[in-house]
Amino acid sequence: MKREHNGGITRRDLMIVGAATAATYAFPKVAYGQANVEAPASGEALKALDASLKSEVSFTVNGTARDIAVDNRTTLLDALRETLQLTGTKKGCDHGQCGACTVSVNGRRINSCLTLAVMHQDDEITSIEGLGTPDDLHPMQAAFIEHDGYQCGYCTPGQICSAKATLEEIRAGIPSHVTADITGPIEASDDEIRERMSGNICRCGAYSNILAAIKDVKGQNA
Amino acid sequence: MRAFSYERASSPQAAAQAAMARDNAKFIAGGTNLLDLMKLEIETPTHLVDVNGLGLDTIEETDAGGLRIGALVSNTALAADERVRRDYGVLTRAIVAGASGQLRNKATTGGNLLQRTRCPYFYDTNMPCNKRAPGTGCSAIEGFSRSLAAIGGSDFCIATYPGDMAVAMRVLDAEIETVDPDGETRTIPIADFHKLPGETPEVENELRPGELITAVTLPASVGGRHFYHKVRDRSSYAFALVSVAAIVNEDGTGRVALGGIAPKPWRDETAEAEMPNGASAVMRRLLADAKPTEENQFKVPLAERTLAAVLSEAKG
Ligand SMILES: Cc1cc2nc3c(=O)[nH]c(=O)nc-3n(C[C@H](O)[C@H](O)[C@H](O)COP(=O)(O)OP(=O)(O)OC[C@H]3O[C@@H](n4cnc5c(N)ncnc54)[C@H](O)[C@@H]3O)c2cc1C
Ligand code: SF4
Repeated sequence: MKREHNGGITRRDLMIVGAATAATYAFPKVAYGQANVEAPASGEALKALDASLKSEVSFTVNGTARDIAVDNRTTLLDALRETLQLTGTKKGCDHGQCGACTVSVNGRRINSCLTLAVMHQDDEITSIEGLGTPDDLHPMQAAFIEHDGYQCGYCTPGQICSAKATLEEIRAGIPSHVTADITGPIEASDDEIRERMSGNICRCGAYSNILAAIKDVKGQNA
Repeated sequence: MRAFSYERASSPQAAAQAAMARDNAKFIAGGTNLLDLMKLEIETPTHLVDVNGLGLDTIEETDAGGLRIGALVSNTALAADERVRRDYGVLTRAIVAGASGQLRNKATTGGNLLQRTRCPYFYDTNMPCNKRAPGTGCSAIEGFSRSLAAIGGSDFCIATYPGDMAVAMRVLDAEIETVDPDGETRTIPIADFHKLPGETPEVENELRPGELITAVTLPASVGGRHFYHKVRDRSSYAFALVSVAAIVNEDGTGRVALGGIAPKPWRDETAEAEMPNGASAVMRRLLADAKPTEENQFKVPLAERTLAAVLSEAKG
């Protein structure tokens, strides 16, 4: 499926605009109630209040500089998917429990649903779209295809970003819960890989094939 | 999520001032607990003060031979630090027993200490909860309490402190350094940092309004063998039902603190004097005042068996 960028408004766009509008309208009441401030009398004060709820932020995504203006509430996940239309990163639980939204920020994997876009000024973000392209797959993407590391595919972008980081973290000597000797070098054993991938849930249960894919890439690097 | 304004603080004291200047402001560090709770409207700050980028993200050696861990050091960086792995193994073990790789990359030392309970009723805004909405009552005492506190609770709240890192810091006698809006600094021993619920379960720690955690210090290494055993419903990526942080010396003496069983990391120096006499001797004292519910009474023998497993591993 390809999204249209011809200026025509899709049903989905309409829903997004609708949600944004509702949020803007709903705000003053909520904010006054919460902060106990007087309701601004003038339109100017209302505009200032409204402006205080939005921010501009600049970061790079997959090597491209991006400047965006967002409602402060926007998570990095929503900024990628909704603002920048990079829909490869998936929203699963939206509470840091499933790992579908995993991306890399400054070389470290994180859950993009539990961080605000405005907190990423000057950061370097890599999403699944930045790993490879259909014609030039990242080895981890190729291995997931080769080993059937998915069924429905929804968790797959997060799994792949996490899998790549898992091998990097083992190589960097970052210990895990199953590391027997935390002062020595770490073997990329099956147990190590499984433990480090436990933040990525797969409802289809493709775990054994995901493990096979990661081991395959580990072998290629050795 | 409720709308909020946002600012990046320019120094620790400026952050404390910014938080103090508004009624309903909060610091945000990794965001992994705060944003979760804001999405559910359990936390509803109207202003966020971002404390990343204040230079509080380094680990330095202290004159006393210990370590000063900046409040913004990530859980991953702390667990992986060579000095921590070598001299404070219980801390590395506790951190990597918690959350997931992604979360530990974002979670910070200060934020981890302040993470809020995982009581299911605290999370369910349709249910009474004295911690979330003071005065509404506690749904857990007569409800599902399997995961909750068996000791240290009150008639107002039986929530546990859910974290792992702080349990290890408790056996290590860590201290928490803070700065307030006037620039005054103070040091709080971790034993005094988390509070029991009493009649005010919404007050969870010693921090005053606007006070920012700047660092956690560890005294010089005390040697010994370090253990963190965490018992949970699945073998990874779950909160503790019971956890044991322990340092065991050659002669059988040592230190022990429990997690997952109380509103704060649970340690009693007179109970741990019993360590050479075995796990049941320790637990008879440490959990003497336990008041478990029917659903969580299993935690008392479970804590003893977990310590017994640690002690036998230390011998072996
Ligand atoms: C799915 C999931 C599973 C998890 N599993 C575990 C687990 O098994 N074990 C475990 O221990 N934890 C677990 N956690 C919790 C995790 O460890 C915490 O969310 C994290 O440590 C919080 O750190 P943070 O920097 O993200 O805090 P934030 O969310 O940024 O802040 C938390 C609180 O601390 C305050 N704060 C932050 N920094 C400071 C400071 N310097 N001074 C004063 N106040 C400050 C904030 O205002 C906020 O109230 C889990 C979390 C999730 C989402
Ligand atoms: S145990 Fe505490 S957090 Fe849980 S419902 Fe009762 S008051 Fe709320």
